[in-house]
Amino acid sequence: MSGEEFNAQLGLCQFLPGPNVVNLAVVVGKRYQGALGAIVAPVGLLAGPFAIVLLLALLYDRYGGLALAQGMLRGIAAVGCGLLFAMAWRMGSAIKNKPWFLPFTALVVAAIAGLRWPMPIVMAAGLALSGGVAYWLLGRK
Amino acid sequence: MIALELFLEFALLSFVAFGGATALLPEMHRVVVEHHHWLDDTTFTHLYAIAQAAPGPNVLVVTLIGWEIGGLLGALAATVAMCLPMSVLIYLLIDRWESFAGKRWQKAISIGVAPLAVGLIFSGATLIAQAAQFGWAAWLLVAATVVSNLRSKLHPLWFIGVGAALGLLGLV
Repeated sequence: MSGEEFNAQLGLCQFLPGPNVVNLAVVVGKRYQGALGAIVAPVGLLAGPFAIVLLLALLYDRYGGLALAQGMLRGIAAVGCGLLFAMAWRMGSAIKNKPWFLPFTALVVAAIAGLRWPMPIVMAAGLALSGGVAYWLLGRK
Repeated sequence: MIALELFLEFALLSFVAFGGATALLPEMHRVVVEHHHWLDDTTFTHLYAIAQAAPGPNVLVVTLIGWEIGGLLGALAATVAMCLPMSVLIYLLIDRWESFAGKRWQKAISIGVAPLAVGLIFSGATLIAQAAQFGWAAWLLVAATVVSNLRSKLHPLWFIGVGAALGLLGLV
């Protein structure tokens, strides 16, 4: 697979929702081994980490009640929370036409974090509005 | 049967997972903790923390949630539900991607979805903070992580290691 081809197909994986790495494994698997590859590649990608995560879950079920484990997980959760804020900041900074699009970010935060509305509805409405604005802006140029 | 319920809930979520599993955190919390009461706040944040520390794609937080709710079958159901619908769609669409890549509507969706994904991830962060009921020390660690993550190129695992150590010492 050439770099160019890879980038082009990565485009679809990023365009569709869902875990990008899994989507990409399906594409690469299909490319080399057809339907079988499209099944084996994502399964192979996930099998190892899946087993490790279940092992951690077993440990958690057994020792998660200990104060030490709770403290450790709390520390990791705080760092994870910080990493999420940083990721949001980085992705937000990369948005072009901020005056047009950042209000949609604010609306999503209000609807999801504030009002706790169901995400499928918020995303459908948000995508119609935000995508509509983008469609209009693209036509204006 | 709970594995089937898990499958249906997560399959529905997979259709709006723009921004990957990370963007789904708030909705997973709403469905799993607030709506079904399958897990409590503390367990939810713990599972999130474990997924952060574990190697592999971050979609595996779904596996952990499935495991805690429905055992091995639950873990499989949740993981497959999260990955399968879009994998099938990708399989069917990839050969035709070139025919709609770059079209005005396709670009509009890509551009339009980005600010929404930012909002989802920001919401996920506030939700973890709420569910874990952070005190001032934890917020200090959050702020330090944000600043140093934005200013350095250190691998996230370094931050996780520091968070785990501070937590073990009972400082967070």
